[in-house]
Amino acid sequence: MKNKYSLFSLVKNAFSYHENWEKAWKDPEPKKEYDAVIVGGGGHGLATAYYLAKKHNIKNIAVVEKGWIGGGNTGRNTTIIRSNYLWDASAGLYDHALKIWEGLSQELNYNVMFSQRGVMNLAHNLQDVRDLKRRTHANRLNGIDAVYLNTEQVKKFCPIINTSPNIRYPVLGGTLQRRAGTARHDAVAWGYARGADKMGVDIIQNCEVKGIKRNGDTVEGIETTKGFIKTKKIGVVTAGHSSVIANMAGLRLPLESKPLQALVSEPVKPIIDTVVMSNAVHAYVSQSDKGELVIGAGTDDYISYSQKGSHDIVEGTLNAILELYPIFSRMRMLRQWGGIVDICPDASPIISKTSIKGLYFNCGWGTGGFKATPGSGDLFAHTIANDEPHKLNAAFNINRFISGDLVDEHGAAAVAH
Amino acid sequence: MFIINCPYCGEREQSEFKAGGEAHIDRPKQPTELSDDQWAEYLFMRKNIKGIQFERWVHTHGCRKWFNVVRDTSNDNIKAVYKMGEKPPINNDKEFKS
Repeated sequence: MKNKYSLFSLVKNAFSYHENWEKAWKDPEPKKEYDAVIVGGGGHGLATAYYLAKKHNIKNIAVVEKGWIGGGNTGRNTTIIRSNYLWDASAGLYDHALKIWEGLSQELNYNVMFSQRGVMNLAHNLQDVRDLKRRTHANRLNGIDAVYLNTEQVKKFCPIINTSPNIRYPVLGGTLQRRAGTARHDAVAWGYARGADKMGVDIIQNCEVKGIKRNGDTVEGIETTKGFIKTKKIGVVTAGHSSVIANMAGLRLPLESKPLQALVSEPVKPIIDTVVMSNAVHAYVSQSDKGELVIGAGTDDYISYSQKGSHDIVEGTLNAILELYPIFSRMRMLRQWGGIVDICPDASPIISKTSIKGLYFNCGWGTGGFKATPGSGDLFAHTIANDEPHKLNAAFNINRFISGDLVDEHGAAAVAH
Repeated sequence: MFIINCPYCGEREQSEFKAGGEAHIDRPKQPTELSDDQWAEYLFMRKNIKGIQFERWVHTHGCRKWFNVVRDTSNDNIKAVYKMGEKPPINNDKEFKS
Protein backbone atom coordinates (compact mmCIF):
# COMPACT_ATOMS: atom_id res chain seq x y z
CA MET A 1 0.00 0.00 0.00
CA LYS A 2 1.33 3.37 -0.97
CA ASN A 3 1.82 6.14 1.49
CA LYS A 4 -0.50 9.08 1.14
CA TYR A 5 1.22 12.34 0.34
CA SER A 6 0.53 14.80 3.16
CA LEU A 7 2.19 17.40 5.34
CA PHE A 8 2.93 14.59 7.78
CA SER A 9 4.67 12.43 5.13
CA LEU A 10 6.63 15.47 3.98
CA VAL A 11 7.92 16.15 7.50
CA LYS A 12 8.62 12.47 8.09
CA ASN A 13 10.67 12.17 4.90
CA ALA A 14 12.52 15.38 5.66
CA PHE A 15 14.15 13.56 8.58
CA SER A 16 15.67 11.06 6.17
CA TYR A 17 16.75 13.77 3.72
CA HIS A 18 14.00 12.80 1.25
CA GLU A 19 15.96 9.71 0.29
CA ASN A 20 13.32 7.13 1.20
CA TRP A 21 10.26 8.24 -0.74
CA GLU A 22 8.43 5.28 -2.15
CA LYS A 23 8.51 4.97 -5.96
CA ALA A 24 5.36 6.51 -7.42
CA TRP A 25 4.92 3.57 -9.77
CA LYS A 26 6.63 0.24 -10.35
CA ASP A 27 8.45 -0.66 -13.53
CA PRO A 28 7.17 -4.21 -14.18
CA GLU A 29 7.80 -6.62 -17.03
CA PRO A 30 4.62 -7.46 -18.97
CA LYS A 31 2.54 -10.45 -17.90
CA LYS A 32 1.35 -13.00 -20.48
CA GLU A 33 -2.24 -11.80 -20.45
CA TYR A 34 -4.32 -8.79 -19.39
CA ASP A 35 -8.05 -8.06 -19.31
CA ALA A 36 -7.34 -4.79 -21.10
CA VAL A 37 -4.27 -3.18 -22.61
CA ILE A 38 -3.98 0.57 -23.13
CA VAL A 39 -1.53 1.54 -25.86
CA GLY A 40 0.06 4.90 -25.09
CA GLY A 41 1.26 6.13 -21.71
CA GLY A 42 0.35 9.77 -22.05
CA GLY A 43 -2.16 11.60 -19.87
CA HIS A 44 -5.18 10.24 -21.75
CA GLY A 45 -3.92 6.64 -21.68
CA LEU A 46 -2.97 6.70 -18.00
CA ALA A 47 -6.28 8.34 -17.11
CA THR A 48 -8.11 5.64 -19.07
CA ALA A 49 -6.32 2.91 -17.10
CA TYR A 50 -6.99 4.77 -13.83
CA TYR A 51 -10.75 5.04 -14.43
CA LEU A 52 -10.98 1.47 -15.78
CA ALA A 53 -9.53 0.24 -12.50
CA LYS A 54 -11.38 2.69 -10.29
CA LYS A 55 -14.87 2.85 -11.76
CA HIS A 56 -15.22 -0.34 -13.76
CA ASN A 57 -13.45 -2.78 -11.47
CA ILE A 58 -11.11 -4.09 -14.16
CA LYS A 59 -7.82 -4.50 -12.30
CA ASN A 60 -5.72 -6.62 -14.64
CA ILE A 61 -4.66 -3.79 -16.95
CA ALA A 62 -1.43 -2.84 -18.66
CA VAL A 63 -0.43 0.50 -20.13
CA VAL A 64 2.27 0.01 -22.77
CA GLU A 65 4.35 3.02 -23.76
CA LYS A 66 7.08 3.03 -26.41
CA GLY A 67 9.08 5.77 -24.67
CA TRP A 68 8.57 7.05 -21.16
CA ILE A 69 5.24 8.11 -19.67
CA GLY A 70 4.19 11.66 -20.39
CA GLY A 71 7.07 12.13 -22.84
CA GLY A 72 4.93 12.74 -25.90
CA ASN A 73 2.30 15.41 -26.33
CA THR A 74 1.45 15.31 -22.61
CA GLY A 75 4.79 16.94 -21.92
CA ARG A 76 4.79 19.15 -25.01
CA ASN A 77 1.54 21.10 -24.82
CA THR A 78 0.97 24.59 -23.45
CA THR A 79 -1.20 23.26 -20.56
CA ILE A 80 -4.31 25.31 -21.33
CA ILE A 81 -7.62 24.04 -19.94
CA ARG A 82 -11.01 25.44 -20.96
CA SER A 83 -14.43 24.20 -22.07
CA ASN A 84 -15.85 27.08 -24.12
CA TYR A 85 -16.68 25.05 -27.22
CA LEU A 86 -19.56 25.86 -29.55
CA TRP A 87 -21.66 22.74 -30.05
CA ASP A 88 -23.68 20.93 -27.36
CA ALA A 89 -21.76 17.67 -27.81
CA SER A 90 -18.39 19.39 -27.37
CA ALA A 91 -19.62 21.52 -24.48
CA GLY A 92 -20.71 18.34 -22.69
CA LEU A 93 -17.40 16.62 -23.40
CA TYR A 94 -15.02 19.41 -22.44
CA ASP A 95 -16.99 20.66 -19.45
CA HIS A 96 -17.14 17.09 -18.11
CA ALA A 97 -13.34 17.21 -18.14
CA LEU A 98 -13.21 20.67 -16.57
CA LYS A 99 -15.43 19.52 -13.69
CA ILE A 100 -13.05 16.61 -13.01
CA TRP A 101 -10.06 19.00 -13.17
CA GLU A 102 -11.62 21.04 -10.36
CA GLY A 103 -11.23 18.16 -7.89
CA LEU A 104 -8.37 16.26 -9.51
CA SER A 105 -5.52 17.12 -7.12
CA GLN A 106 -7.60 15.93 -4.15
CA GLU A 107 -8.78 12.82 -5.95
CA LEU A 108 -5.29 11.76 -7.04
CA ASN A 109 -3.60 12.97 -3.84
CA TYR A 110 -1.17 14.60 -6.24
CA ASN A 111 -0.85 18.32 -6.84
CA VAL A 112 -1.55 18.87 -10.53
CA MET A 113 -1.25 22.64 -9.91
CA PHE A 114 -4.62 23.33 -11.54
CA SER A 115 -4.93 27.09 -11.65
CA GLN A 116 -8.24 28.67 -12.69
CA ARG A 117 -6.68 31.90 -13.87
CA GLY A 118 -9.13 32.37 -16.72
CA VAL A 119 -8.71 32.07 -20.47
CA MET A 120 -9.40 35.01 -22.75
CA ASN A 121 -10.00 34.56 -26.49
CA LEU A 122 -9.51 37.73 -28.53
CA ALA A 123 -11.51 39.06 -31.47
CA HIS A 124 -9.66 41.04 -34.16
CA ASN A 125 -12.29 41.61 -36.82
CA LEU A 126 -16.06 41.87 -37.12
CA GLN A 127 -16.50 38.21 -37.94
CA ASP A 128 -14.47 37.26 -34.85
CA VAL A 129 -16.75 39.49 -32.76
CA ARG A 130 -19.87 37.83 -34.15
CA ASP A 131 -18.44 34.33 -33.77
CA LEU A 132 -17.23 34.89 -30.22
CA LYS A 133 -20.54 36.47 -29.14
CA ARG A 134 -22.39 33.54 -30.63
CA ARG A 135 -20.09 31.13 -28.83
CA THR A 136 -20.55 33.00 -25.53
CA HIS A 137 -24.32 32.61 -25.82
CA ALA A 138 -24.02 28.96 -26.79
CA ASN A 139 -21.72 28.34 -23.81
CA ARG A 140 -24.11 29.97 -21.37
CA LEU A 141 -27.05 27.94 -22.70
CA ASN A 142 -24.94 24.85 -21.95
CA GLY A 143 -24.20 26.01 -18.41
CA ILE A 144 -20.58 26.97 -19.17
CA ASP A 145 -19.40 30.25 -17.70
CA ALA A 146 -18.54 32.75 -20.42
CA VAL A 147 -18.63 36.50 -20.74
CA TYR A 148 -18.02 38.78 -23.68
CA LEU A 149 -15.61 41.65 -23.04
CA ASN A 150 -15.25 44.85 -25.04
CA THR A 151 -11.83 46.37 -25.76
CA GLU A 152 -11.69 48.36 -22.50
CA GLN A 153 -12.66 45.31 -20.46
CA VAL A 154 -9.98 43.26 -22.23
CA LYS A 155 -7.41 45.94 -21.37
CA LYS A 156 -8.59 46.01 -17.77
CA PHE A 157 -8.39 42.23 -17.42
CA CYS A 158 -4.94 42.02 -19.02
CA PRO A 159 -3.28 45.47 -18.95
CA ILE A 160 -0.20 44.56 -21.00
CA ILE A 161 -2.23 43.93 -24.18
CA ASN A 162 -1.78 46.59 -26.84
CA THR A 163 -5.34 47.73 -27.56
CA SER A 164 -4.36 50.56 -29.89
CA PRO A 165 -6.75 50.82 -32.86
CA ASN A 166 -3.72 51.41 -35.09
CA ILE A 167 -2.20 47.95 -34.99
CA ARG A 168 -2.60 45.62 -37.97
CA TYR A 169 -5.17 43.42 -36.18
CA PRO A 170 -6.68 45.61 -33.44
CA VAL A 171 -8.33 44.03 -30.40
CA LEU A 172 -12.08 44.53 -30.85
CA GLY A 173 -13.11 42.44 -27.87
CA GLY A 174 -12.86 38.97 -26.45
CA THR A 175 -14.43 36.22 -24.41
CA LEU A 176 -13.47 35.20 -20.93
CA GLN A 177 -13.99 31.87 -19.22
CA ARG A 178 -12.99 32.38 -15.60
CA ARG A 179 -13.13 28.68 -14.65
CA ALA A 180 -10.55 27.95 -17.33
CA GLY A 181 -6.82 28.02 -16.70
CA THR A 182 -3.74 25.83 -16.70
CA ALA A 183 -2.29 22.79 -14.93
CA ARG A 184 1.13 21.22 -14.64
CA HIS A 185 1.14 18.71 -17.48
CA ASP A 186 3.83 16.36 -16.14
CA ALA A 187 2.04 16.15 -12.80
CA VAL A 188 -1.11 14.99 -14.57
CA ALA A 189 0.71 12.04 -16.14
CA TRP A 190 2.57 11.23 -12.93
CA GLY A 191 -0.53 11.59 -10.74
CA TYR A 192 -2.61 9.27 -12.92
CA ALA A 193 0.31 6.82 -13.21
CA ARG A 194 0.69 6.70 -9.43
CA GLY A 195 -3.08 6.34 -8.93
CA ALA A 196 -3.36 3.57 -11.54
CA ASP A 197 -0.29 1.74 -10.24
CA LYS A 198 -1.76 1.81 -6.74
CA MET A 199 -4.79 -0.10 -8.03
CA GLY A 200 -2.60 -2.74 -9.68
CA VAL A 201 -2.22 -1.40 -13.22
CA ASP A 202 1.09 -2.40 -14.85
CA ILE A 203 2.77 0.61 -16.46
CA ILE A 204 5.26 -0.80 -18.97
CA GLN A 205 7.63 1.74 -20.47
CA ASN A 206 10.06 1.27 -23.39
CA CYS A 207 7.61 -1.20 -24.88
CA GLU A 208 6.63 -0.42 -28.45
CA VAL A 209 3.65 -2.05 -30.13
CA LYS A 210 4.71 -3.76 -33.37
CA GLY A 211 1.49 -5.47 -34.40
CA ILE A 212 -2.08 -6.24 -33.50
CA LYS A 213 -3.10 -9.89 -33.65
CA ARG A 214 -6.60 -10.56 -34.89
CA ASN A 215 -8.72 -13.63 -35.27
CA GLY A 216 -11.19 -12.59 -37.94
CA ASP A 217 -12.86 -9.48 -36.59
CA THR A 218 -11.78 -9.96 -32.97
CA VAL A 219 -8.52 -8.87 -31.37
CA GLU A 220 -6.36 -11.48 -29.63
CA GLY A 221 -3.44 -9.45 -28.42
CA ILE A 222 -0.53 -7.20 -29.31
CA GLU A 223 2.98 -7.89 -30.50
CA THR A 224 5.44 -5.66 -28.66
CA THR A 225 9.19 -5.23 -28.35
CA LYS A 226 8.79 -7.06 -25.02
CA GLY A 227 6.93 -10.00 -26.57
CA PHE A 228 3.34 -10.99 -27.23
CA ILE A 229 0.66 -9.83 -24.79
CA LYS A 230 -2.69 -11.58 -24.91
CA THR A 231 -5.81 -9.48 -24.34
CA LYS A 232 -9.42 -9.17 -25.45
CA LYS A 233 -9.61 -5.38 -25.20
CA ILE A 234 -7.13 -2.89 -26.67
CA GLY A 235 -7.57 0.83 -26.11
CA VAL A 236 -5.35 2.87 -28.43
CA VAL A 237 -4.46 6.38 -27.24
CA THR A 238 -1.39 7.23 -29.27
CA ALA A 239 -2.18 10.74 -30.51
CA GLY A 240 0.00 11.53 -33.54
CA HIS A 241 0.74 7.84 -34.08
CA SER A 242 -2.91 6.69 -34.08
CA SER A 243 -2.87 6.02 -37.82
CA VAL A 244 0.30 3.94 -37.43
CA ILE A 245 -1.43 1.63 -34.93
CA ALA A 246 -4.63 1.64 -37.02
CA ASN A 247 -2.66 0.51 -40.07
CA MET A 248 -1.38 -2.48 -38.04
CA ALA A 249 -5.00 -3.52 -37.56
CA GLY A 250 -5.88 -2.86 -41.19
CA LEU A 251 -8.01 0.18 -40.37
CA ARG A 252 -7.95 3.64 -41.88
CA LEU A 253 -8.73 6.72 -39.79
CA PRO A 254 -9.77 10.22 -40.90
CA LEU A 255 -6.60 11.71 -39.41
CA GLU A 256 -3.62 13.74 -40.54
CA SER A 257 -0.59 14.02 -38.25
CA LYS A 258 1.10 17.39 -38.24
CA PRO A 259 3.78 19.18 -36.22
CA LEU A 260 2.58 21.70 -33.62
CA GLN A 261 5.16 23.91 -31.97
CA ALA A 262 5.50 25.73 -28.69
CA LEU A 263 8.23 27.73 -27.02
CA VAL A 264 9.11 29.22 -23.66
CA SER A 265 11.02 32.35 -22.81
CA GLU A 266 13.57 32.96 -20.11
CA PRO A 267 11.87 33.22 -16.69
CA VAL A 268 10.75 36.67 -15.58
CA LYS A 269 8.75 38.11 -12.70
CA PRO A 270 4.93 37.77 -12.87
CA ILE A 271 3.66 39.83 -15.80
CA ILE A 272 0.61 38.01 -17.15
CA ASP A 273 -1.77 36.34 -14.70
CA THR A 274 -4.15 34.76 -17.20
CA VAL A 275 -4.11 32.90 -20.50
CA VAL A 276 -4.70 34.95 -23.65
CA MET A 277 -5.41 33.25 -26.95
CA SER A 278 -5.86 34.80 -30.33
CA ASN A 279 -7.18 32.67 -33.12
CA ALA A 280 -6.92 35.27 -35.87
CA VAL A 281 -3.30 36.37 -35.44
CA HIS A 282 -2.39 33.01 -34.03
CA ALA A 283 -0.65 33.66 -30.77
CA TYR A 284 -1.39 32.44 -27.33
CA VAL A 285 0.52 33.08 -24.18
CA SER A 286 0.49 32.37 -20.47
CA GLN A 287 3.13 32.44 -17.76
CA SER A 288 4.31 29.33 -15.94
CA ASP A 289 4.90 29.24 -12.19
CA LYS A 290 8.62 29.29 -12.96
CA GLY A 291 8.11 32.62 -14.71
CA GLU A 292 8.59 31.53 -18.30
CA LEU A 293 6.21 32.81 -20.92
CA VAL A 294 4.62 29.76 -22.50
CA ILE A 295 3.81 30.50 -26.13
CA GLY A 296 1.92 28.28 -28.51
CA ALA A 297 2.40 28.44 -32.26
CA GLY A 298 0.36 26.91 -35.06
CA THR A 299 0.57 23.65 -36.95
CA ASP A 300 2.49 23.16 -40.15
CA ASP A 301 0.19 22.25 -43.01
CA TYR A 302 2.10 19.13 -44.12
CA ILE A 303 1.96 15.64 -42.63
CA SER A 304 5.03 14.87 -40.59
CA TYR A 305 6.12 12.64 -37.71
CA SER A 306 9.43 14.41 -37.25
CA GLN A 307 8.48 16.25 -34.01
CA LYS A 308 9.87 19.48 -35.40
CA GLY A 309 8.10 22.24 -37.23
CA SER A 310 9.09 25.09 -39.53
CA HIS A 311 10.80 28.27 -38.42
CA ASP A 312 8.39 30.49 -40.30
CA ILE A 313 5.54 29.24 -38.09
CA VAL A 314 7.41 30.34 -34.97
CA GLU A 315 8.34 33.62 -36.63
CA GLY A 316 4.69 34.33 -37.49
CA THR A 317 3.59 33.62 -33.93
CA LEU A 318 6.27 35.83 -32.42
CA ASN A 319 5.34 38.64 -34.81
CA ALA A 320 1.80 38.49 -33.49
CA ILE A 321 2.96 38.23 -29.86
CA LEU A 322 5.12 41.34 -30.28
CA GLU A 323 2.35 43.37 -31.83
CA LEU A 324 -0.09 42.40 -29.06
CA TYR A 325 2.48 42.70 -26.24
CA PRO A 326 5.17 45.25 -27.14
CA ILE A 327 6.52 44.84 -23.59
CA PHE A 328 7.94 41.43 -24.60
CA SER A 329 10.15 42.87 -27.34
CA ARG A 330 13.40 42.30 -25.40
CA MET A 331 12.50 38.81 -24.14
CA ARG A 332 14.73 35.96 -25.17
CA MET A 333 13.34 32.55 -25.96
CA LEU A 334 14.79 29.66 -24.03
CA ARG A 335 13.45 26.52 -25.65
CA GLN A 336 11.36 25.56 -28.66
CA TRP A 337 9.95 22.14 -29.52
CA GLY A 338 7.35 20.33 -31.57
CA GLY A 339 4.84 17.57 -31.03
CA ILE A 340 2.84 15.58 -33.54
CA VAL A 341 -0.90 16.16 -33.35
CA ASP A 342 -3.54 14.00 -35.03
CA ILE A 343 -6.15 16.21 -36.62
CA CYS A 344 -9.68 15.19 -37.57
CA PRO A 345 -11.42 16.92 -40.49
CA ASP A 346 -13.96 18.45 -38.05
CA ALA A 347 -11.40 19.36 -35.34
CA SER A 348 -13.21 17.12 -32.85
CA PRO A 349 -11.89 13.91 -31.30
CA ILE A 350 -12.81 10.27 -31.83
CA ILE A 351 -13.58 8.21 -28.69
CA SER A 352 -15.03 5.13 -30.23
CA LYS A 353 -15.41 1.44 -30.86
CA THR A 354 -14.20 0.24 -34.25
CA SER A 355 -15.33 -2.38 -36.75
CA ILE A 356 -12.92 -4.78 -35.01
CA LYS A 357 -14.29 -6.27 -31.79
CA GLY A 358 -12.18 -5.36 -28.77
CA LEU A 359 -10.30 -2.55 -30.52
CA TYR A 360 -11.05 0.97 -29.35
CA PHE A 361 -9.59 4.29 -30.44
CA ASN A 362 -9.26 7.57 -28.56
CA CYS A 363 -7.65 9.95 -31.01
CA GLY A 364 -8.07 13.02 -33.18
CA TRP A 365 -7.67 15.50 -30.31
CA GLY A 366 -5.57 17.58 -32.65
CA THR A 367 -4.16 20.71 -31.07
CA GLY A 368 -6.30 20.68 -27.92
CA GLY A 369 -6.21 17.34 -26.15
CA PHE A 370 -4.55 18.27 -22.88
CA LYS A 371 -7.57 20.12 -21.49
CA ALA A 372 -9.72 17.02 -21.92
CA THR A 373 -7.34 14.53 -20.28
CA PRO A 374 -9.49 13.53 -17.23
CA GLY A 375 -12.79 13.50 -19.14
CA SER A 376 -11.29 11.67 -22.09
CA GLY A 377 -9.88 8.96 -19.80
CA ASP A 378 -13.17 8.64 -17.93
CA LEU A 379 -15.31 8.33 -21.07
CA PHE A 380 -12.86 6.08 -22.90
CA ALA A 381 -12.75 3.75 -19.87
CA HIS A 382 -16.56 3.64 -19.92
CA THR A 383 -16.53 2.85 -23.64
CA ILE A 384 -13.97 0.05 -23.24
CA ALA A 385 -15.59 -1.49 -20.13
CA ASN A 386 -19.15 -1.50 -21.49
CA ASP A 387 -18.35 -1.89 -25.18
CA GLU A 388 -20.72 1.05 -25.60
CA PRO A 389 -20.04 4.79 -25.52
CA HIS A 390 -21.13 6.98 -22.62
CA LYS A 391 -23.81 9.50 -23.64
CA LEU A 392 -21.19 12.26 -23.46
CA ASN A 393 -18.97 10.66 -26.11
CA ALA A 394 -21.67 9.05 -28.24
CA ALA A 395 -21.41 11.88 -30.79
CA PHE A 396 -17.66 11.35 -31.07
CA ASN A 397 -17.87 7.95 -32.72
CA ILE A 398 -15.91 7.06 -35.81
CA ASN A 399 -19.08 6.50 -37.88
CA ARG A 400 -19.84 10.21 -37.94
CA PHE A 401 -17.56 10.44 -40.95
CA ILE A 402 -19.88 8.04 -42.76
CA SER A 403 -23.19 9.50 -41.56
CA GLY A 404 -21.97 13.08 -42.03
CA ASP A 405 -22.98 14.05 -38.48
CA LEU A 406 -19.76 15.98 -37.88
CA VAL A 407 -18.99 18.15 -34.83
CA ASP A 408 -17.32 21.13 -36.48
CA GLU A 409 -15.21 22.88 -33.88
CA HIS A 410 -12.66 24.64 -36.08
CA GLY A 411 -13.76 27.96 -34.60
CA ALA A 412 -13.38 26.93 -30.97
CA ALA A 413 -10.24 24.88 -31.52
CA ALA A 414 -8.31 28.17 -31.35
CA VAL A 415 -5.32 26.82 -33.27
CA ALA A 416 -5.61 27.26 -37.00
CA HIS A 417 -5.37 24.00 -38.87
CA MET B 1 11.68 23.58 -42.62
CA PHE B 2 13.06 22.02 -45.77
CA ILE B 3 13.76 22.83 -49.41
CA ILE B 4 11.39 21.71 -52.15
CA ASN B 5 12.57 21.42 -55.73
CA CYS B 6 9.61 22.84 -57.66
CA PRO B 7 9.54 21.16 -61.09
CA TYR B 8 8.86 24.59 -62.65
CA CYS B 9 10.90 27.05 -60.54
CA GLY B 10 13.68 24.98 -58.94
CA GLU B 11 14.71 24.84 -55.31
CA ARG B 12 12.73 27.05 -52.94
CA GLU B 13 12.02 27.13 -49.22
CA GLN B 14 9.10 25.07 -48.03
CA SER B 15 7.37 28.18 -46.68
CA GLU B 16 6.69 29.25 -50.29
CA PHE B 17 4.52 26.16 -50.76
CA LYS B 18 1.28 24.82 -49.39
CA ALA B 19 0.79 21.12 -48.72
CA GLY B 20 -2.18 19.46 -50.38
CA GLY B 21 -2.17 16.14 -48.55
CA GLU B 22 -2.16 12.58 -49.87
CA ALA B 23 -1.80 12.27 -53.65
CA HIS B 24 -3.41 9.89 -56.12
CA ILE B 25 -6.85 9.80 -54.51
CA ASP B 26 -9.06 9.44 -57.54
CA ARG B 27 -12.18 11.51 -57.77
CA PRO B 28 -15.22 9.19 -57.96
CA LYS B 29 -16.11 8.50 -61.58
CA GLN B 30 -19.80 8.07 -60.81
CA PRO B 31 -20.56 10.10 -57.68
CA THR B 32 -24.27 9.26 -57.72
CA GLU B 33 -23.48 5.54 -57.38
CA LEU B 34 -21.36 5.94 -54.25
CA SER B 35 -22.47 4.56 -50.88
CA ASP B 36 -21.97 6.55 -47.66
CA ASP B 37 -19.03 4.28 -46.78
CA GLN B 38 -17.37 4.99 -50.12
CA TRP B 39 -17.91 8.73 -49.71
CA ALA B 40 -16.30 8.58 -46.25
CA GLU B 41 -13.32 6.72 -47.72
CA TYR B 42 -12.91 9.27 -50.49
CA LEU B 43 -13.47 12.41 -48.42
CA PHE B 44 -12.02 11.65 -45.01
CA MET B 45 -10.04 8.43 -44.63
CA ARG B 46 -6.30 8.87 -45.14
CA LYS B 47 -3.24 6.63 -45.00
CA ASN B 48 -1.41 9.25 -42.90
CA ILE B 49 1.76 7.24 -43.37
CA LYS B 50 4.81 7.41 -41.15
CA GLY B 51 7.41 6.80 -43.82
CA ILE B 52 7.32 7.24 -47.58
CA GLN B 53 4.31 9.28 -48.61
CA PHE B 54 3.09 10.38 -52.04
CA GLU B 55 1.64 13.85 -51.63
CA ARG B 56 0.58 17.01 -53.45
CA TRP B 57 2.07 20.47 -53.04
CA VAL B 58 1.30 23.81 -54.64
CA HIS B 59 3.85 26.59 -55.15
CA THR B 60 1.57 29.28 -53.67
CA HIS B 61 4.15 32.07 -53.62
CA GLY B 62 5.74 31.13 -56.94
CA CYS B 63 4.36 29.63 -60.13
CA ARG B 64 1.14 28.56 -58.33
CA LYS B 65 1.29 25.18 -60.04
CA TRP B 66 0.42 21.88 -58.35
CA PHE B 67 2.81 18.92 -58.43
CA ASN B 68 3.58 15.70 -56.57
CA VAL B 69 6.27 14.97 -54.02
CA VAL B 70 7.55 11.73 -52.52
CA ARG B 71 8.64 12.47 -48.96
CA ASP B 72 9.61 10.45 -45.91
CA THR B 73 7.28 11.83 -43.23
CA SER B 74 9.42 10.44 -40.42
CA ASN B 75 12.28 12.85 -41.20
CA ASP B 76 10.91 15.17 -43.94
CA ASN B 77 13.51 14.02 -46.51
CA ILE B 78 12.21 14.47 -50.04
CA LYS B 79 12.88 11.48 -52.30
CA ALA B 80 11.40 12.65 -55.59
CA VAL B 81 9.33 15.38 -57.24
CA TYR B 82 7.17 14.85 -60.32
CA LYS B 83 4.56 16.78 -62.27
CA MET B 84 0.81 16.27 -62.09
CA GLY B 85 -0.30 13.56 -64.48
CA GLU B 86 3.12 11.91 -64.54
CA LYS B 87 3.67 8.44 -63.16
CA PRO B 88 5.47 8.37 -59.80
CA PRO B 89 9.18 7.74 -60.37
CA ILE B 90 8.96 5.04 -57.70
CA ASN B 91 6.13 2.57 -57.58
CA ASN B 92 6.18 1.45 -54.00
CA ASP B 93 7.66 2.11 -50.58
CA LYS B 94 10.07 -0.81 -50.73
CA GLU B 95 12.51 0.86 -53.08
CA PHE B 96 13.33 3.33 -50.30
CA LYS B 97 13.71 0.88 -47.49
CA SER B 98 17.28 -0.06 -46.75
